[in-house]
Amino acid sequence: MSVLAVLEQRPAQDGRAEWNRMSFETLAAAQQIAAELDTTAAAAAIGHGIGELARELAGRQLGAVYAVEHDLLREYTADGYVAALRQLIERVKPRVALFPHTYQVRDFLPKLATSLGRVAVSDAVAHRIEGGQLVLVRQLFQGKVNADIRFAGEAPYFASLQAGAYRADRAVEGSAPVESFAPQLVMADIRAKPLGLFRESERGVDLTAAEMIVSVGRGIKEAGNIPVVEKLARALGAELAASRPICDAGWLPMGRQVGSSGQTVTPKLYVAVGISGAIQHLVGMKGSRTVVAINKDPNAPIFEVADYGIVDDLFQVVPELTAAIEKIQ
Amino acid sequence: MKIVVAIKQVPARDSQLRIAGTGKWIEEADLAYEVNEPDAYALEAALQLKEKHGGEVVALSAGPARVAQTIREALAKGADRAIHIEDDTGLLDPLAAARLLAAAVKSEAPDLVLTGLQSDDLGYGQTGVILAELLGLPHATIVMQVEKLDASIRVKREMEDGWYQHVEMPLPALLTIQSGISKLRYATLMGIKKAKTKEVKRLTAADLGVTAEGSHVVVDRVYAPERSKRTQLFTGTPREAAAQLVEKLRFEARVL
Repeated sequence: MSVLAVLEQRPAQDGRAEWNRMSFETLAAAQQIAAELDTTAAAAAIGHGIGELARELAGRQLGAVYAVEHDLLREYTADGYVAALRQLIERVKPRVALFPHTYQVRDFLPKLATSLGRVAVSDAVAHRIEGGQLVLVRQLFQGKVNADIRFAGEAPYFASLQAGAYRADRAVEGSAPVESFAPQLVMADIRAKPLGLFRESERGVDLTAAEMIVSVGRGIKEAGNIPVVEKLARALGAELAASRPICDAGWLPMGRQVGSSGQTVTPKLYVAVGISGAIQHLVGMKGSRTVVAINKDPNAPIFEVADYGIVDDLFQVVPELTAAIEKIQ
Repeated sequence: MKIVVAIKQVPARDSQLRIAGTGKWIEEADLAYEVNEPDAYALEAALQLKEKHGGEVVALSAGPARVAQTIREALAKGADRAIHIEDDTGLLDPLAAARLLAAAVKSEAPDLVLTGLQSDDLGYGQTGVILAELLGLPHATIVMQVEKLDASIRVKREMEDGWYQHVEMPLPALLTIQSGISKLRYATLMGIKKAKTKEVKRLTAADLGVTAEGSHVVVDRVYAPERSKRTQLFTGTPREAAAQLVEKLRFEARVL
């Protein structure tokens, strides 16, 4: 009745497999939760040609490492992954199975849990043990409210963990036996046909190198108002960035998007203007050294990660801030 | 092509939320509701597919009487008819919601089922995928584009860090649609007028033969998030607040 971390890898440019960076956060969480539940942690890697990755896991403190390999797992498909992982879960019988909350996991975890008559708790940000039971913390209403979620019914329990909720560098070293697991899969069971991965030609600016960023969200109301924040960015010598809705609307190019579907940035100064701070945005900027939020809603989740804030109309505040900065430079 | 679009009604995006006295949910009495934004894009994608390939768009929503408003809006935008699964239980468990939706979809036998990638309230991001599994359909999530081929579809999936992937799958299938992939249409006056004459089938869980199961995930407590940082707030006139902020950025944070 272990705590099983199901890790994510993907084929790198040179054809070898490489870890998704969130995998070790999940591994660290599994070790921590296993210790608190007085059981052992285990880890699984899934794919094809992942022997080398599995051997890397042999250097961690784990009860077992499962290398789930099959020719039909060469490329990700929900059908292939669910069939393989279902067989692994039935064999290993973990009490808890943890996954990184990646786009891939979002695609297959609900299917896996349903096929085993369970419901996964997706995108958890923390946990507690209460009376020997695992309680997970999730954000509701775009981060405005937190909820404690408890599993009912029998194990196994499934959960995915938000990027950054656990620290990868806390993963404990040690040793673990590596075991191959060959699932039974047939081609006919895999209905979707994945074609190649690609990036759109427009790569945009490299925001990750910016020392200062002024970022704009829905609060700016319309495209014609963008110059208000442009002037602030110019005064600071900062790059201009945006939350997703602004780029979707075409008010700024997609290449300037910060968040889970855009770039992850860690500037010295991040000024969030009219950004409420949905989780998808926060994961892309919460590592910034100093965060300033300007928003008229005092309950906006952006204030949870802001060092400094002004709760007021951005159209009043930003021009004043621009002027004040111009004055000192 | 017959398309069912599953649509959820959620508290309006700018709602001021208060925790209910029970501590187990939010106070719903004084909330305004609106269509879940990703579901609005799923409806838009369905309407565009119908315009191109013909067929029918059926809007499907589960929830209490207030959901009728969201259904009317979908009909006014161009859905041909609708199914309202009347439910007052709150549906906090995504499997419970998907079981109701699945029962209604099954009798429609559509070519395609669309829904938004996640809800703005619970945000599990699971209902669509669970629905696909219950219906035995192949699926794709976080879809940006849908292209109909002969007996299959080709979709563009969004991945992390600016990557995309094309995936082909046979019909019938289920897709969860990403927000913002096209411009949303407004209902026309004619559309609003016509909506009043369109069929809305009202069904209960009992009509659908769905019996309640115990929840698999239970909301124990809801509460305001603890702040990971203490935010220093500046007040006064906008000029005063801006001046205080610049002062702090220069001499405390030392970033200017």
